[in-house]
Amino acid sequence: MADTGRDLRVEGLTKRFGDFLAVDDLTLTVPQGSFFALLGPSGCGKTTTLRMVAGLDDPTAGRVLIGDEDVTYLRPYKRPVNTVFQSYALFPHLTIFENVAFGLRRRGVKDYKQKTLDMIDLVQLGPYAARKPAQLSGGQQQRVALGRALINEPAVLLLDEPLGALDLKLRRQMQIELKRIQTEIAVTFVHVTHDQEEAMTMADTIAVMNHGVIEQMGAPGDLYENPETTFVANFLGQSNLIRVDVIDTVDQDVVVDCYGQKVGVVASRSHAGGRNAWLGVRPEKVFAEAAGADHRVGSNILTGGRVTDVSFVGVSTQYLVAMPWGQELMVFEQNTGQRPLFRNGDQLDITWSPAHAFLLDADQDARAGVMTPEDDE
Amino acid sequence: MTAGSTTPPAPVGAVVDGGTARRRGWGWLLLVPGMLWLAVFFVFPTIQLFVTSLYDPSGSYEQGYAMTWHFANYLDAVKDTWNLFARSFAYAGIATVVCLLLGYPLAYAIAFKAGAWKYFMLVLVIAPFFTSFLLRTLSWRTILSDQGPVTDFFQTVGVLPDDGRLLATPVAVIAGLIYNFMPFMTLPLYASLDKVDYRLVEAAGDLYSSPFTGFRKVTFPLSLPGVVSGTLLTFIPACGDYINAELLGTPKQYMVGNRIQAAFLTEHNYPLAASLSLILMLVVVLMVVLYVRRAGTEDLI
Repeated sequence: MADTGRDLRVEGLTKRFGDFLAVDDLTLTVPQGSFFALLGPSGCGKTTTLRMVAGLDDPTAGRVLIGDEDVTYLRPYKRPVNTVFQSYALFPHLTIFENVAFGLRRRGVKDYKQKTLDMIDLVQLGPYAARKPAQLSGGQQQRVALGRALINEPAVLLLDEPLGALDLKLRRQMQIELKRIQTEIAVTFVHVTHDQEEAMTMADTIAVMNHGVIEQMGAPGDLYENPETTFVANFLGQSNLIRVDVIDTVDQDVVVDCYGQKVGVVASRSHAGGRNAWLGVRPEKVFAEAAGADHRVGSNILTGGRVTDVSFVGVSTQYLVAMPWGQELMVFEQNTGQRPLFRNGDQLDITWSPAHAFLLDADQDARAGVMTPEDDE
Repeated sequence: MTAGSTTPPAPVGAVVDGGTARRRGWGWLLLVPGMLWLAVFFVFPTIQLFVTSLYDPSGSYEQGYAMTWHFANYLDAVKDTWNLFARSFAYAGIATVVCLLLGYPLAYAIAFKAGAWKYFMLVLVIAPFFTSFLLRTLSWRTILSDQGPVTDFFQTVGVLPDDGRLLATPVAVIAGLIYNFMPFMTLPLYASLDKVDYRLVEAAGDLYSSPFTGFRKVTFPLSLPGVVSGTLLTFIPACGDYINAELLGTPKQYMVGNRIQAAFLTEHNYPLAASLSLILMLVVVLMVVLYVRRAGTEDLI
């Protein structure tokens, strides 16, 4: 089962709708049996990419291969690919059993009955086999859609925002469920989502897409800890981005000038070319200390901060700290109870390790990929 | 709803029941206009028709009729006109089938393929209603006339013999029925097909259905409510139609509607006309019930 003969390969895939370039020269390889997430905001081209792999849209240019087979222009019903649709697209006139059996029966599989019952058990819908989709809850319908696709043992299973319609608690539950099933049957999953937490929870590899191109691809941890663009830094979690001048490289560290204070960044985490750069550091990597306190050796230090907002959120406290140059930085601190919380107006120094910061190209928009309230459905 | 729904605790239930009871007290008022309408325009005329069908047939328009519970009227009516019934159902049946065969692709095209032209095409379907039914049927006499282009064409290609005609034949009557009832078939079909979620068709394709299988297994079953209401809306009025046979046919093509019309308006034989009407109504209702049972529409969403 686990050879590499059925890798999904996409080469130079391009899709134009009139003047709009939805997917721009996309190339990637999804190894067989992996859980791959295409992550991006709405309109970034991730669903279009998925539809071209499924055969529901024809590409303007480029190729889609499964193993060595070129399936670019193969009709959807001839591809070893199945899809879990965003709205589930269950057949309302058929029972759950008939929905799940649909693909097998179209292919004339003889013992479809037993296989269907087994699949209905796998997705834990045994008692509901005789019901119609409208009689099931959202989470149950989601499992029908999953079973209906998986039963065909596709080389690649495509999931288009499969959990988008579920409420938060059910979504978390289904994420774990999906991951369990994927591990169990070792089918390649390509999961399209705009939810970065969902992508990070489930996927082995994430490709972050924006404006039809892949901004960065890698394991969730790598993407989060060492983003290469401002879009990735903002879209996956949150980042403080500070305008700095690059001064020098000393040993393994790049030294930058941050409004008159010098800080270092590990050279392998610098993705900036010019004399200016964005210095990035995640809010939870930043420590706040009362002004003038003893600082850890080797840490980067910025002095002169003042607390402007304190949000107590239970497990942590989130501070906004105004720096001397006017920018407000985010600092998240675990509520360990080891020291009292800071209060509005307190004077602070903030510190972090050079191994936790990153440098990004100064030409990029520092607000790229920031979630505004309207984006977050 | 899953199996686990429970009844609310008693005190809450009592409050809810009180509210429901209050609403129940006045809600029926909303039914009054509809009920009145039905009573005046359906129940009362039907009773009147039933009573008339049992009048003594020896009466006349001038002298009046005596109510004698003359059930033999029905027997006489059937003996007299069974062939008209058979012809009516045959013509209406053929017209319905042809309407379905022509109307389905049309409705499908409007629903899925017309794009920006969708509403324009719908207007075209409805457009014939802007002129009178009679006028439109009369114009078919010109279309199908012996010297007209249609007859000419069929004679030239050899489908019709050189002295063959279209007007005054069953073909003309059925063509008239098809033409006149086409919108009643097309519109419900369109309404049903338009509601079919295209993503379901995509899902069928994703699950190894060729476009034709996808149509057979998904699109068509989901459009069945439209097929059922379209065929009913075509077949029922076509059974009782007499204008098309009158204007495009001869007495040899007369349908039961022509006989009823003549009995009511020319011969003033009210008992015969009434019993014919009631027989037609009963047979059609019976056929519809059997058909709807068979099509199993109550099972469709």
